Amino acid sequence: MSDETTVAPGALDGVTVVELASDAAAFAGKLLADLGADVVLVEPPGGHRSRGYGPFAGDIGDPERSLWFWHYHTSKRGVVLDLDDAGGAAAFARLAAGADVVLEAEPPGRLAGLGLDHGDLRPANPRLVWTSLTPFGRDNPRSAEQATDLTVLAGGGPVWSCGYDDHSIPPVRGGGNQGWHTGSLFAVMGTLTALVVRDVTGEGQHVDTSLHAAANVTTEAASYEWLVARATVQRQTARHAATRPTANTDALCADGRQVNTGVPPRSAAELEGLLRWLDDLGGRERFDDHVLLQLGVERGGVQIHEIFDDAEAMAIFGAGREAVQFIASQVGAYDFFVGAQTLGLACGIIYSPEEVLADPHFVDRGFAVPVEHPELGRSVTYPGAPFHLPRSPWRIRRRAPLLGEHQDEILGR
Amino acid sequence: MAGTGLSHLRICDFTGQLAGAGATKYLAAMGAQVIRIEDPVRQGRWDILRGMPPYIDERRGVNLSGAFNNHNVEKLGCTINLRTEEGRDLVRRLIAISDAVTENFAAGVLARMGFPYEEMVKIRPDVIYVSNSGFGATGPYRTFKTWGPIVQAVSGLTFSSGLPGMGPAGWGYSYMDHHGGNIMAIAVLAALLHRNRTGEGQWVDMACTEGGAWLNGPTMLDFTVNGRPLRRPGAPDSNHSDSPAMAPHGIYPAAGEDRWVAIACRDDADWAAAAEVVGEPWAADDRFATLAGRLAVQDELDRLVAAWTSTRDRAEVAAALQAAGVPASIVATPEDRIDHDPGTEAWGLWPWVHHTEMGDVRVDGLPVHLSATDWEISRGGPCLGEHNDIVFGDILGLSEEEVDGLREAGAI
Repeated sequence: MSDETTVAPGALDGVTVVELASDAAAFAGKLLADLGADVVLVEPPGGHRSRGYGPFAGDIGDPERSLWFWHYHTSKRGVVLDLDDAGGAAAFARLAAGADVVLEAEPPGRLAGLGLDHGDLRPANPRLVWTSLTPFGRDNPRSAEQATDLTVLAGGGPVWSCGYDDHSIPPVRGGGNQGWHTGSLFAVMGTLTALVVRDVTGEGQHVDTSLHAAANVTTEAASYEWLVARATVQRQTARHAATRPTANTDALCADGRQVNTGVPPRSAAELEGLLRWLDDLGGRERFDDHVLLQLGVERGGVQIHEIFDDAEAMAIFGAGREAVQFIASQVGAYDFFVGAQTLGLACGIIYSPEEVLADPHFVDRGFAVPVEHPELGRSVTYPGAPFHLPRSPWRIRRRAPLLGEHQDEILGR
Repeated sequence: MAGTGLSHLRICDFTGQLAGAGATKYLAAMGAQVIRIEDPVRQGRWDILRGMPPYIDERRGVNLSGAFNNHNVEKLGCTINLRTEEGRDLVRRLIAISDAVTENFAAGVLARMGFPYEEMVKIRPDVIYVSNSGFGATGPYRTFKTWGPIVQAVSGLTFSSGLPGMGPAGWGYSYMDHHGGNIMAIAVLAALLHRNRTGEGQWVDMACTEGGAWLNGPTMLDFTVNGRPLRRPGAPDSNHSDSPAMAPHGIYPAAGEDRWVAIACRDDADWAAAAEVVGEPWAADDRFATLAGRLAVQDELDRLVAAWTSTRDRAEVAAALQAAGVPASIVATPEDRIDHDPGTEAWGLWPWVHHTEMGDVRVDGLPVHLSATDWEISRGGPCLGEHNDIVFGDILGLSEEEVDGLREAGAI
């Protein structure tokens, strides 16, 4: 949206955040930091355990080479504090006293036990927004339960809806620690809401975020089919879980790669486009039901309600679906994706995550960004902004902090 | 009555579906006055959810979708025909008094209706405009169309969900419609904070596919740093966990049809505790004592764990492991987590709303509680044009005669 070359401050410029290192809230801290907040990451002596999470740069298991840690702690500064030690606790309290936000995912009760919870520290800093991200919330009948990304997604609903048509195969947890991402996104929404409210009232507050609740309200129809109609969706391969079986939407292309074929074509223009595409591929007669496509063009397309009670419309709709599958089998996945979209059909290539980085559209928008790693003597390519904020750009300002890297400049002040 | 925290804010809202409507649902529940604008000519059916199930009873129609209601609670709904000059004038008047304009049409659609960003700025210089489309407002795919599963396919999320050799399992719902809405809400709030500090508005251009691609960071770095793609034999393997590495870690069969239990041993202590719960000789095998040992024979370990769980009740397995401090959970069905979960009940996660035509219905609540200015959800999604008198009369200050005139002119 902007071709400004000078780098403006981020939207959260001037906001200071103290983040206690964790698995679940690391992504929330990254969002705040990449949006411009000054985020101080507090690790325990020896470093947070996530420094041991692979994969590692060069496959060398080293606390400064965890790619997990690199990704989730961009733009932050780092200190080491032992909260179980009086000196460390006092230093944390001092940081909180000067902060706008504390972000933490400690087990409920731990900080209160140390005299370091929001009830202890907010009186000295009434403007402080204190955001907790815990498995079930701070004060819940299930607060004492242990959880990981897997158990959050299993107990919170997403897993029930994901997997394969064959239900003898276990349902599937989507990859990438999405339970933590889901909780982190809501933790950021709550934090920013509290900051906007503070701009009016001058007062901070506690933002209690539950990973379990976040997963529960991120399941689309699975929840509201039950809430509204007491119906249960069933998982299907690579498409929406549904209360009744639906036709598959994935197709194998000529290059052995897959696409999502989306909603089948119905309009006259779409059906005519398929006929032209078939001609380009060597003749429409190679597709047996091309006559039905032509019939569809002549009757001006098919309306959605006709699919259920008009035999001819049903046949045309089926032929459109089959034509898409046939064309997909004749071309490469990328050509299918672009060709179908050019016809106005919402189809998509199934990329693996790293393939996105080289796609011409993502390159054109500058999605991948270089981040300097002085210790390596080079820059590393990271995924970039989730949105373009031209006047207050989202930006990775620096690589993740080395262990205790900013100890003196932050605690020595 | 919604919450009060954001009650000083007004949103001129053209969003729909879930990827957009979810953002303004959040803001409305937190107290913002969200004015949802719909097309009277097409009965608001740009948002296909207006005509979609589930329904509460045998009645059908644009005001009776449980899906639409779920995503539009606490909003005001009005109809404006943007094909008419009178309609466009109403939108100008709404933009003039709104903090933000939100939409998730395909890129360029709102501009063609007469409201490019340049026009909005003339009406309100500090306006915040957040557009959310599949591929954003620039780039070679800017005209491409998406819905949730297409976003997930292109952004890598479909591929990264699956079991070895099985092909993608993907997401059994529009995961990225939820997060499209959540990221959009973050964009609105971040832009508001910037405006509070500087007085400046801006156009935030959001591409849902970028939001999706951004959710596989460590996997991308494994490629950009180590040259290791996720498209490789044996991958993805998303019921296992290698980042962080854990074993056993999986979804195991339990007694009953399609009943499953998830178990994650984070470290050696978790496994020692789990082995005690299992209490069978194989669980004491020294090969399983260390993480490296368990990972080396992960498939064998999975088979042993599965044989143990498969004859047992899923809830009893989860409870026994939790009692030993080991993360475990049933794979919850919708009924389990909505009707029989003390955790969601105590949270107040499924609030009742009153909908003008549907009556009392439960909807998704929010997973954050703010101690001073919490959310509240009690008003159902708007029927088509339900709040025309409030929006045009009370908010814009038109007289009854003027509103009648607009109606007769086909502008609302």
